[in-house]
Amino acid sequence: MPGIVGYGAFIPRNRIRSEEIARQWGKDAAAIERGLLLTEKSVPGLDEDTITISVAAGRGALARAGIDPKKVGALYIGSESHPYAVKPSGTVVLEALGLGHEIHVADFEFACKAGTEAMSVALAMVESGRAEYAMGIGADTSQGAPNDALEFSASAGGAAFIFGKTDLLAEVLETYSFTSDTPDFWRREGEFYPRHAGRFTGEPAYFRHVLSATKGILDRSGFKPSDFRHVVFHMPNGKFPLAAGKQLGFTDKQLETGWVVNLMGNTYSGSSPTGLAAILDIADPGDLILITSFGSGAGSDSFILRATDLLPERQGLAPTVRSMLDNPRKYLTYGEYAKVRRKIIVND
Amino acid sequence: MPSPRYIREIPARYRLEAGRCAGCGRVVYPVRKVCPACGGQDFELVLLSRKGTVVTSTVIHVPPDEFLNEAPYAMAVVETPEGARLMTQIVDCDPASVLPGMLVDLEFRLIREEKKSGILCYGHKGVPAGT
Ligand SMILES: [Zn+2]
Repeated sequence: MPGIVGYGAFIPRNRIRSEEIARQWGKDAAAIERGLLLTEKSVPGLDEDTITISVAAGRGALARAGIDPKKVGALYIGSESHPYAVKPSGTVVLEALGLGHEIHVADFEFACKAGTEAMSVALAMVESGRAEYAMGIGADTSQGAPNDALEFSASAGGAAFIFGKTDLLAEVLETYSFTSDTPDFWRREGEFYPRHAGRFTGEPAYFRHVLSATKGILDRSGFKPSDFRHVVFHMPNGKFPLAAGKQLGFTDKQLETGWVVNLMGNTYSGSSPTGLAAILDIADPGDLILITSFGSGAGSDSFILRATDLLPERQGLAPTVRSMLDNPRKYLTYGEYAKVRRKIIVND
Repeated sequence: MPSPRYIREIPARYRLEAGRCAGCGRVVYPVRKVCPACGGQDFELVLLSRKGTVVTSTVIHVPPDEFLNEAPYAMAVVETPEGARLMTQIVDCDPASVLPGMLVDLEFRLIREEKKSGILCYGHKGVPAGT
């Protein structure tokens, strides 16, 4: 099967600490950090959105791929926070990346799994021979309602992957999807914040789909959990992916590298894709990698990848996820956060 | 209504497309019809590297209405390694720290919105290099 020939990620430099959000609403910061395993999260600036994050991640992917951008024949962007309700994010992104105009473009939406959808379709376009290269991006600047549990996690960032048939950095060995109608989390047209069904988002939603997709891809591929060096599951908070891993028979060590949620938050469509980028940043040739996304509504996409000999020499050609998590960043007060997230009503 | 000028300027704003004069080698951004240095009219397309050095800067405390929520912010003239100069905001840092000689990377950002219901206008802004 084809595979990844280039990848990149981007995380905005603004942060807010869980304890600052807890302070605002009179919540117990220590209990939140212990319960959700969230220390801080990224916050987009007033001038950052799904389009700008996609461009930054896409530029990293092109740098690592070293291909002529004009050979990318398809571009798909998955997000639940496309800046326009009508007008694709992809049109702006393709111009900024210099991909040329002979290209198939679409924006996808499926709550938190739109990114892996974009990757699935990009992979299929290459596998079918309809495009020499295809780019799939997952990016979001998601909003949690004030004083809701989601406010501790909803953050901003994304990752881009270019699929191709030659000079692979990681070969795709298998894919699998599991989808059902599960109303665990939604946002009606015109509403600013999403709604969720509280505890219903756990067992029947996240765990059912993540576990089913992961078991499905293991069955289909014949691999067992201990075969994998790195595993990443969608990260709505710190706890869920670790619990899913445990139930499936993976160790914390296998989950460690992709588990970036404690410092990044939940970047929705960008969550598990950015975890995968963090894994590719350090993976060794031959490493088996498993990724399972989750999107409310609900569904999961799984991929099994194997790092190639070419990967190590490309890792340093664009910023790593870890460098973006650790580099100098600005911590916002809740007031500054409310301003940049446009939660304060101002005159035009 | 989106301004026709914005649409015309997309290659320069989104991809930093510039022109290198065939006569004297001067890189002009955005591309012009006539070279300001030698009067030549032949230009080769070049993409500016997305980095540069601050040549001069200022901090805006009293901005136009549409940038009210961004103030105070730094504006700078940035010179790229190709020798092209562009005026841009420098963000993701303390505006007072933006001084001549500062190295910046150029990142794709939202520049302005045409009111609440108009189009979104994108381009490049400087950020501290290597972050
Ligand atoms: Zn000239």
